[in-house]
Amino acid sequence: MDKKQGTDGPKPITVIGFEGSANKLGVGIIRDGEVLSNPRHTYITPPGQGFLPRDTAKHHQAHILDVLQQALDMAKVKPQDIDCVAYTKGPGMGAPLVSTAVVARTVAQLWNKPLLGVNHCIGHIEMGRRVTGAVNPVVLYVSGGNTQVIAYQLKKYRIFGETIDIAVGNCLDRFARVLKISNDPSPGYNIEQMAKKGEKLIDLPYGVKGMDVSFSGILSYIEDAAQSLLDSKQATPEDLCFSLQETVFAMLVEITERAMAHCGSEEVLIVGGVGCNERLQEMMGIMAAERGAKVFATDERYCIDNGAMIAQAGWEMFRTGHVTPLADSWCTQRFRTDEVEVTWRDDSGEPI
Amino acid sequence: MADKMEDSPSLAVQQSRERGSGDSSVSSSNMAEIPTVVQIIERQAASGESSAAGGGTGPPGSLHHPGFVLFKQGAEARLYRGTFLGRPTVLKERFSKKYRHPRLDEKLTTKRTQGEARTVARARKAGIPTPCIYFVNYQSNCIYMEDLRCATTSRDYIVAVQSVGAGDSFRALQPIMDKIGKILATMHDGDIIHGDLTTSNIMLKQDASATDPEVVLIDFGLSSVSQLAEDKGVDLYVLEKAFLSTHPNTETLFRVILKSYTKHSRKSKDVIKKLDEVRLRGRKRTMVG
Repeated sequence: MDKKQGTDGPKPITVIGFEGSANKLGVGIIRDGEVLSNPRHTYITPPGQGFLPRDTAKHHQAHILDVLQQALDMAKVKPQDIDCVAYTKGPGMGAPLVSTAVVARTVAQLWNKPLLGVNHCIGHIEMGRRVTGAVNPVVLYVSGGNTQVIAYQLKKYRIFGETIDIAVGNCLDRFARVLKISNDPSPGYNIEQMAKKGEKLIDLPYGVKGMDVSFSGILSYIEDAAQSLLDSKQATPEDLCFSLQETVFAMLVEITERAMAHCGSEEVLIVGGVGCNERLQEMMGIMAAERGAKVFATDERYCIDNGAMIAQAGWEMFRTGHVTPLADSWCTQRFRTDEVEVTWRDDSGEPI
Repeated sequence: MADKMEDSPSLAVQQSRERGSGDSSVSSSNMAEIPTVVQIIERQAASGESSAAGGGTGPPGSLHHPGFVLFKQGAEARLYRGTFLGRPTVLKERFSKKYRHPRLDEKLTTKRTQGEARTVARARKAGIPTPCIYFVNYQSNCIYMEDLRCATTSRDYIVAVQSVGAGDSFRALQPIMDKIGKILATMHDGDIIHGDLTTSNIMLKQDASATDPEVVLIDFGLSSVSQLAEDKGVDLYVLEKAFLSTHPNTETLFRVILKSYTKHSRKSKDVIKKLDEVRLRGRKRTMVG
């Protein structure tokens, strides 16, 4: 099988990807693994507020045609050059997902191109693998909506460990609201900057359960305790950010290490919005070095939800024969990573 | 991997015919294909292999523990074998994890060592077979415990049986699953939460004189004491996930554990209900905060 990215023989495959499962709206175009464009527009709420489905959907509806035009212009690509229209089928928030999918379905019919529904988590994984060159890593996928430790095994991205309640990004975002930290550019980014100035480590509950983690305990603890700790001057807001990060990231590194020990893996790839966090990357790097393993991570272009990652996963799926008929192009809020048949990798994980 | 006792072509033909027809009658030639626990234990002792997932390389015969030899390095602890007070001993040394903040690291390491020692004592009082703890050094986070001679992990045994691929691997494993369910029921009825149930932490011990293997639980580092059905449900959930991810297509086997657990536990109804709830959580998670 030709393993090169279409440099000789088969014609290059160009895929456009639509992503809008949360508050980030992105449209990206990929040609045989090369990112031609990847514009994004984020719905940012005032400090102290989270984003709700209806308002997020309105945001996506208001901006998607502009972002789509940008994607085509920046890539210098015309509709007829596109081979496949990929969109996020799920998981995510219902109304925003559908707002994005409607446009994907429309252009697919307008341009007479096949449609492909993509799993959001797999988008992150495939973009991470493409950008970093990691061959067969244990993947830590951490974002506002998801926290999973994933490894490829026999045609599936199997979930070895995950949160049994809320995602780590959700925990961080909700804590940011308690302290009224700005959501611009994202609450997690601002917590990270504040944490860098924190010094004191507050004792917080640690929730590792076997290969899984639990964050609702630490969140409710710190939500309750924050005000009294600040009032009694036992901690500054920076100390609280620092303590929360150190604790939740240690939990994530621990379950990742367990999965690596279980699988005998020497590579770890961090994807998802929380993966941008440099402290998390640093901690993972220390753990990996002690085991003789390597850490792979991407920058905010690809960590954070974007259209190109959907296009990349779509590229893999399309070239191995997947297509989503219009009648099946619905969206779903719940879509497990291990539900997808990974037809583009063989039993040992090599590309097909 | 398994012992194949094929001493003649005609025997091999008979075996394959019986396997193919799904014949459920027990014939000695068929059962001979499935390794016994004792066979696995002996094979591992001879070759020095074990559940080596994540085995790292550490210095043999550590300077810090004269007389002890490193035989396994896990993510959190190193295991050494040696003699202590004249008894064959396993030394479990929890080491510091440098990626963690030093205060968090110290807190976790000490808590886990102490927790392990205390919970093992409590478990033994409740009648749960675990290695006997001889000594704990809280400064170095070292636990000196009984070396389980003649034992293998249920993980290794299940893998060995399944790799033979014969139709009655289920029947060979079922009695062991029954025992595991019973031990877990006793443990939870004693309000002990193991916290890290995997098939690598459930040992099968059988010396040559015993007729059946004994189930022994190890690695209580994440354990706690709790009356809550939620905690017990999560404990079973952790085992279910570990079980199914390590041993594909063993759903029916795992159900034997749950059935035995329900039969032997006085408080199983709420626990199983919580287990069902936790299973669904992975599928019902919403993103809205």
